Amino acid sequence: MSLVLIAIGLLMASALAALLLARAPRLATICGVGGAMLAGLAGLIPSFRVLLTGAHASFAMAWCMPGGALHIGLDAVSAVFLIPIFLLTALAALYGGSYLRPFWGKRSIGFSWFCFNLLTACLVLVVVARNGLLFLMAWEGMSLASFFLVIFEHDKKDAREAGWLFLVATHLGTAFLLILFALLGREAHSLDFDRIGTLAPAMANAVFLLAVIGFGTKAGFMPLHVWLPEAHPAAPSHVSAVLSGVMIKTGIYGLVRMLILLGHPPAWWGWVLIGIGLSSGILGVVYALAQHDLKRLLAYHSVENIGIIALGLGLGVLGLSSGHPLVAQLGFGGALLHVINHALFKGLLFLGAGAVAHATGTRDMDRLGGLARAMPWTALTFIIGAAAIAGLPPLNGFVSEFLMYYGALLACLPGGLANPLPAFGLAAGLALIGGLAAACFAKAFGIVFLGCPRTPAALAAHECGFAMRAPMIVLAGACLLIGFGAPWAVAALKPAIAGLTGTPAAQVFGAAPRSMLLLMDLMIGFAAVAGVAVLLGVVRRRLLKNRPVRSAPTWDCGYAAPTPRMQYTASSFALWFVEAFRWILRTERRRSLPQGYFPDAAFMATDTPDGFRDLVFRPVFAQIRWALTSLRWIQHGRLQLYILYVAATLVALLIWYASCL
Amino acid sequence: MNAIAWIHMSAALVLAPLLLGVINRTKARVAGRDGAPLLQLYFDLRKLLHKGAVYSRTTTWVFRAGPLIGLAAVLGALLLTPFGKFAAPLNFDGDLILFAYWLGLMRFVTVLAALDTGSSFEGMGASREVFFSALAEPAFLLGMLGLARVTGAISLSTMLPGVTAASWLAAGPALALIAAAWLVILLAENARIPVDDPNTHLELTMIHEVMVLDHGGVDLGLILYGAALKLWVMGALLVSLLTPVRYGVAWQDALVFLGGMLLLAVGIGLIEGAMARLRLARVPQLLMGALALAVLALMLIIK
Repeated sequence: MSLVLIAIGLLMASALAALLLARAPRLATICGVGGAMLAGLAGLIPSFRVLLTGAHASFAMAWCMPGGALHIGLDAVSAVFLIPIFLLTALAALYGGSYLRPFWGKRSIGFSWFCFNLLTACLVLVVVARNGLLFLMAWEGMSLASFFLVIFEHDKKDAREAGWLFLVATHLGTAFLLILFALLGREAHSLDFDRIGTLAPAMANAVFLLAVIGFGTKAGFMPLHVWLPEAHPAAPSHVSAVLSGVMIKTGIYGLVRMLILLGHPPAWWGWVLIGIGLSSGILGVVYALAQHDLKRLLAYHSVENIGIIALGLGLGVLGLSSGHPLVAQLGFGGALLHVINHALFKGLLFLGAGAVAHATGTRDMDRLGGLARAMPWTALTFIIGAAAIAGLPPLNGFVSEFLMYYGALLACLPGGLANPLPAFGLAAGLALIGGLAAACFAKAFGIVFLGCPRTPAALAAHECGFAMRAPMIVLAGACLLIGFGAPWAVAALKPAIAGLTGTPAAQVFGAAPRSMLLLMDLMIGFAAVAGVAVLLGVVRRRLLKNRPVRSAPTWDCGYAAPTPRMQYTASSFALWFVEAFRWILRTERRRSLPQGYFPDAAFMATDTPDGFRDLVFRPVFAQIRWALTSLRWIQHGRLQLYILYVAATLVALLIWYASCL
Repeated sequence: MNAIAWIHMSAALVLAPLLLGVINRTKARVAGRDGAPLLQLYFDLRKLLHKGAVYSRTTTWVFRAGPLIGLAAVLGALLLTPFGKFAAPLNFDGDLILFAYWLGLMRFVTVLAALDTGSSFEGMGASREVFFSALAEPAFLLGMLGLARVTGAISLSTMLPGVTAASWLAAGPALALIAAAWLVILLAENARIPVDDPNTHLELTMIHEVMVLDHGGVDLGLILYGAALKLWVMGALLVSLLTPVRYGVAWQDALVFLGGMLLLAVGIGLIEGAMARLRLARVPQLLMGALALAVLALMLIIK
């Protein structure tokens, strides 16, 4: 526990130091990066220890705020979320140190590191807070720090709009959380989490729905995701990695913590979560397929993966409510492992996308191509991340999805769930999501890294420096490690699964002793395929040893003058999908076709704006703005009067409070 | 028991190319031709394995790794495939998921190798391949869920041998629907008519063949052999489902299974002889049809 406190202290101190050193970008960077990396090291040790030993730790002291003590605790569930937070922020900081180099002297580097380390500290605090007020304060700090990080390039209109959208969305979500904690506090007469006892069913249902909306906005549940595909691409890449990899997971953490606090769930919660998971998962990947901007594509994949996590949670809830502990353990286990996995591969992919943008100056996939030659390390790590996020064996994404599939299969069996429909939906949905995600990442990797460079910028690309390469290599290694070490990775999660399901850690997966053995079998399969692939490589090398191996141009079907512009683009690759899902994507197409015998230049462009933003939220907010115009006179921009408002509100509240006594 | 599993795996390794020979021979006979020898693919493989290599200047290590990982992945699937009534060498609960995902990995590396050449034609084929397989995947898995529900098992090696004459009597229509859905998926995933024509000569209309245009020599050999194995493993699932016969004598059960595989190959040949290729735009409808069949089967099973 003390190491976690030290980590938080380090982060806060380095954040302040970076802010004070804002005039000297080099010193500010050293402070920011060093602080984040040291804190990462300090924080990872207790997190792993808690997971491996299952021990709990907590720390409480009185403070001047109402509603209980300043109470923080570290249990296995918190540790599962802390590991990616500490690991990814430390690696992203190392990467960011050199990623931000071109901005020295143009932007306030010190302020950026202040926000980055403050964000990390708040992320940690959110996960270890055991008091509603502390939780909300950390939550708000997290949102504000992310906002300033998103608008780092605030001279760009896109970045400002994205930041604004993020700020509005996150505060709407927080409003629901305020109500949630107020309800909980009223029932328990304290905001301390461990004072909250069993709630009446109606109250529990209300809290659950508030949590789904409030935390779901942060996590990016469809259709509350609208801020996500705007904000994540706008931020610098190391920040995108942290936002996508761990910041949105705090929404999942909040939901998980509420599930633990609320105790035995009714079945319909599981139905709700599986429904949300299916819609987020499928629509997330469908929107991703239609994107041309590499980082936007990755942002939509975050929505998809949050959907997969929600599917796992839903299965867990169904297992709990119907008394199938193994199904529950597999569902929650899959969800928790996917939380870690997604942080690893999505962090990796955003860092890779950042390296591409850094090297070529563009994120438009149709302007890239052939980067695998110039950037071999980025390409190698990106392909590992791509295969992992598509859930392909033998990587980590497959392991977490396998746990969910396995739970769903058990639930489908006769004697499984009384109504196996959600389990069928989960399995078929995961299969569809898997197929679409594989297609999407074949597109992302294939168009960006393979083929010929489509523009001079892509041709002039260069590999990034060691400080940017090393974090990607570490993350790719972690993806492989969890894949090939599946039995141990899953076994390490047992205490956390025990915390969620209420079974003792030693009995998790205990009802079926084969379930640990089958992960061993899985590993044998992985090792066999990897071994055969290497063996085949050796055989081919020996066969080709004394034979002619020549280079030639790609087969051009008799057309003698191909140019790189003629290659299949991201848009053409995804055309089948865009056409098939046209009813939901509503892709806009602008084109001027060649006409006449001597045609002029022709063009064709497609754009897929977010339907939920444009067709649902925009009209609603326009209505709200229209309805509130009559109150416009309150807003006049005079600071003294605003302070008067605050004072008047306080006095009114005091009078009301006094009259209640 | 385990020795039998390994013997059957070796049988698959040896006999898989024969399936394509039977298909092509049947197809030729239906069309009134003599057709290529039954062992043509073996001759082709032998020839290809003796060749040198020509690599496109555009390609990178991704292109060279593709055939290796692709063949290794389909071998991983073969390791999980039960042969008739005999359990696979590697079997565990939930292995059907790994089976489907090994085939997914094979497709992923093939598609990336195609995109690595930079050729528009190969991009076209890759785009079609990923789209059609994304549609096929849920249908395949829903069929699996139905079988799990009928047999009460969730490993390929207990589930498929668990389909007995009794289960056909109890849930015949549902099993028939699953078999129909799987047949469509088998044809689509293995680039057969009516989805793809392995003998077409126009790159514009191809799916699988166009993705491997730039592969030659040893690499092409690996790819062709991998494709034959893929047909074998997917066919083996279908044949196990359709032959609920169990003698209990090892060689008789093996004969039933191998006979079933032969009949399946003849059946595919007859389909190819009797049908034309569908227009590409119709293929998604065919696959959605397979999905609908699988859903219908599930509804019959749950009731």
